[in-house]
Amino acid sequence: MKPFTYERVTDPQAAGAAVSRAGARFISGGTNLLDLMKLEIEQPTHLVDISRLPLKQVEDLPDGGIRIGAQAANSEVAADHRVRGRYPALAEALLAGASSQLRNKASIGGNLLQRTRCPYFYDTAAACNKRTPGTGCAALRGFNRIHAILGASDACIATHPSDMAVVMSALEAQIELLAPDQSTRRVAIDDFYCRPGSTPHIETVLQPGEMITAVVLPPPPPGRQRYRKVRDRASYEFALISVAVIIATDRETITTARVAFGCVAHKPWRSIDTEAALKGRPATLTTYQAAAEAAMRSAVGRGHNDFKIELAKRTLCRTLADTVQLESGRPS
Amino acid sequence: MDTSTKPTAVAVSRIALTVNGQSRQLELDPRTSLLDALREHLHLTGTKKGCDHGQCGACTVLINGRRINSCLTLAVMHDDDDIVTIEGLSAPEALHPLQAAFIERDAFQCGYCTPGQICSAVGMLAEAKAGWPSHVTPDVGSGQIVLSDAEIRERMSGNICRCAAYPNIVAAIRDVAGGASR
Repeated sequence: MKPFTYERVTDPQAAGAAVSRAGARFISGGTNLLDLMKLEIEQPTHLVDISRLPLKQVEDLPDGGIRIGAQAANSEVAADHRVRGRYPALAEALLAGASSQLRNKASIGGNLLQRTRCPYFYDTAAACNKRTPGTGCAALRGFNRIHAILGASDACIATHPSDMAVVMSALEAQIELLAPDQSTRRVAIDDFYCRPGSTPHIETVLQPGEMITAVVLPPPPPGRQRYRKVRDRASYEFALISVAVIIATDRETITTARVAFGCVAHKPWRSIDTEAALKGRPATLTTYQAAAEAAMRSAVGRGHNDFKIELAKRTLCRTLADTVQLESGRPS
Repeated sequence: MDTSTKPTAVAVSRIALTVNGQSRQLELDPRTSLLDALREHLHLTGTKKGCDHGQCGACTVLINGRRINSCLTLAVMHDDDDIVTIEGLSAPEALHPLQAAFIERDAFQCGYCTPGQICSAVGMLAEAKAGWPSHVTPDVGSGQIVLSDAEIRERMSGNICRCAAYPNIVAAIRDVAGGASR
């Protein structure tokens, strides 16, 4: 690991100034950043510890939504009774990620900003436009079994690995940001993440020195929520495909639907096309299959990951069927 | 905490770690992981280094009662925190119930992962007692947690045992949790 200096800030308004020096980075839980620093993929020369900032609360909002502090631990948010009661898919997604030890350390803000697990990003001897812009993408013709099927480019086919962010996309979360000049802004999660294009090293719209202070969830949409994760082993593994579904029915007709996929793209993949193919239609397998076709209409396989297109369709159909059954059996 | 930024190759941070109830003063390179501070500086070698990347759980310790991977955090981030390692769970003549259960159930072979397994199980039982759900909890909205074997396995999935003593590890934890096999 390269040498660095360390400081801790205790006031959110001091964070931006502290991180403005060259080579400085925020550190919170550190579960991803320190791993990458050990491998010298990340090489900050100064770390600004924001983990003790008073941004750990889950608060009720007047509109029925909640505001989750960026420094709250993943495990604490998964255990929060408001999250479990009103946003159960968010709890399910958090609990499907990593291990208990990591969830106790990893922050909500850090989860949003975690880097891809593309093996070529981790292999410093391999070409990677995300790690070293301009060097190419070894995954394009390499072992790309886990890679993106939607929204990728010839510069990068890496996926965003978060489970949590997939459900936040379906919930239309807003990311609250604090800039070094003390101005604040909120960005919709779908606008927060970038597609790779020709600049896959730019992953979010965060500006220099900007810090995530909270995630704001609007009131939950009507219907039942579900997060399903498909992976190579039953626990402690990143997804091959995941899907978040929020669906409401009335007399076996779908009245509203939200759908987002995980590990299919450079960002959590909200699928408006899928939602349009569900709304107003009968809650039947035929509808689900048509929605799955709509979801994957622009999907592109790269060889080893071709199976993910069919897997995504089947995962969506199964999750929709399960969620509708729960919804009609026990109205929320 | 004082952080030196003098123009030497490596800055040194002075910190105080509270480990197993004792305050310990240390001067550390900020790069020092909590795991290396415990093992190399405080000579508490019960906590083990396996992968050093947060994947195996051998380095699990308790910070303010919560289990974490000590390899994936910096020692300088933990001054004033209450750190408990395997050495702090018991005295040799009065084993922690989980230590006794691991012996009774023969829940290890080489023993390298065992301190991490036991510290993790201590944290896990506290999480279950607090009503925290897991990935296999049928309804995350329910506050009642029944520590079935499936729940124990899921909740302990961050601790790898290369000797594969898993059935006996589950049995030992089940004994302490007070559940019957299911």
